[in-house]
Amino acid sequence: MNGVRGFFKTFLLWELLQGLWVTLKNLFRRKVTINYPEEKTPQSARFRGLHALRRYPNGEERCIACKLCEAVCPALAITIESGVSSDGTRRTTRYDIDLFKCIYCGFCEEACPVDAIVETRLLEYHMENRGENIMSKDKLLGIGERYEAMIAADRAADARYR
Amino acid sequence: MWEWSPIRDWLAERITAYWTTPLLILVQAVMVVVSLIIVMAYYTLAERKVIGWMQARKGPNRVNLLWIPGAAQPFADVFKLMFKEIVIPADASGFLFRLAPFLAMIPALGIWAVIPLSPVGVFANIDAGLLYVLALTSMGVYGIILAGWAANSKYAFLGAMRSAAQIVAYEIAMGFAMVGVLMASGSLNLGDIIGAQRGGALSWNWFWLFPLLIVYFISGVAETNRAPFDVAEGESEIVAGFHVDYSGMAFALFFIAEYVNMILISVLTVVFFFGGWLSPLDGYLPDTEWLAAPSFFWLGLKTLFPMFSFLWLRATFPRYRYDQIMRLGWKALIPVTLVWLLVEGVMMYWHVGPWKGHS
Repeated sequence: MNGVRGFFKTFLLWELLQGLWVTLKNLFRRKVTINYPEEKTPQSARFRGLHALRRYPNGEERCIACKLCEAVCPALAITIESGVSSDGTRRTTRYDIDLFKCIYCGFCEEACPVDAIVETRLLEYHMENRGENIMSKDKLLGIGERYEAMIAADRAADARYR
Repeated sequence: MWEWSPIRDWLAERITAYWTTPLLILVQAVMVVVSLIIVMAYYTLAERKVIGWMQARKGPNRVNLLWIPGAAQPFADVFKLMFKEIVIPADASGFLFRLAPFLAMIPALGIWAVIPLSPVGVFANIDAGLLYVLALTSMGVYGIILAGWAANSKYAFLGAMRSAAQIVAYEIAMGFAMVGVLMASGSLNLGDIIGAQRGGALSWNWFWLFPLLIVYFISGVAETNRAPFDVAEGESEIVAGFHVDYSGMAFALFFIAEYVNMILISVLTVVFFFGGWLSPLDGYLPDTEWLAAPSFFWLGLKTLFPMFSFLWLRATFPRYRYDQIMRLGWKALIPVTLVWLLVEGVMMYWHVGPWKGHS
């Protein structure tokens, strides 16, 4: 009996008609598309986008060249060279992040004891020439200076959970 | 085609009377082809929109025309293709490679010569119109086979082989479905086939020949290599099938041929089973009423449904496996048509159904 029922179900295209009904219903459903440049999805304060190096409010660099971020980086994207600065403190002479290698895992940010390297919520950046994928120390500090207010607000919003 | 006197008079006055008829035919042919290409262009947009909507997306909405989102998308696509290089592979068979797109395109457009667009609007009112349609739809497969063979690529060749076997298999079921229509109307002339269905929506062929309608439409989807029968393209296994190596406007010709064929199958479905240009209100409203009169309006309106079904099927079903396609064609569709032809014959013998007149 089941075989006969199965035969008629197949023969009369019953399951295919059910499928067609599903797509027909979806034809009139509310669309979920977001028109990207004009509309954007909400972003978390923990969003891991472009990197930045921060400074203390008095202008002193936070980074002390401990190289923990270089050590923890799973993609080996960070290259650091250290030296002694004019005021006798240990500082980086070179701090490069290769954005092509970086996987935006956020481990550098987690490892940093002084909250110097951070990942900001910037995601709309691009490169036009070879070599621009290397974020040098100057560029990272520049981003940190320009977006310090946003970075500080995001850290403050997340501080409760750390 | 149309005895459209403004064009005829204009031609007769300004150009020698001797050339009037050929020029008139040329002008009308160009009109039909151009409007067909425009319909085809918007059909591609409709496909992307409808499939988008069925997947809860919005579809193309970036290129606006008259503030309608996405309305200029077909033109953007065409201009992109026009500026692309037509690459001819070094090992390809050059002449056949160039010939194949035209072999796909010309039959697709040629069939429109016998399609009755309105009660008077048919180019060649030939008596064997149905045979002409069958012959030219089969010609289209040569374009596909040659494209697959001439490109000298394994993927293209596999696509062409699949396509050829599939079209041969489904042509039989399609032909048998047409035989059923033939028995009902008693004529091979497409205009007479429509005329035999006269008398309102219920006396059209779809009611008495419903299984043949289903078989015909499924075979039509398979004939045009559309999803779920698009193993000839099979982008997950053989990239794009027979037209992998075509680019630019050469690819566009295959694209146009495919969509024109889809429109053609839709129109033929309407002609064979939904009374062509006949009005569904024929017999329910007085004859003088505009809505009850047969006209191009009704043909166009009815054609939209099979055209939509093509897109609907594509959005719904996954692709058939090759052996499943063959099983469906030979073991399901052909027996169904044969049985229904028998039933139809018995009905005609006992004078059941609307075709009592010519048993």
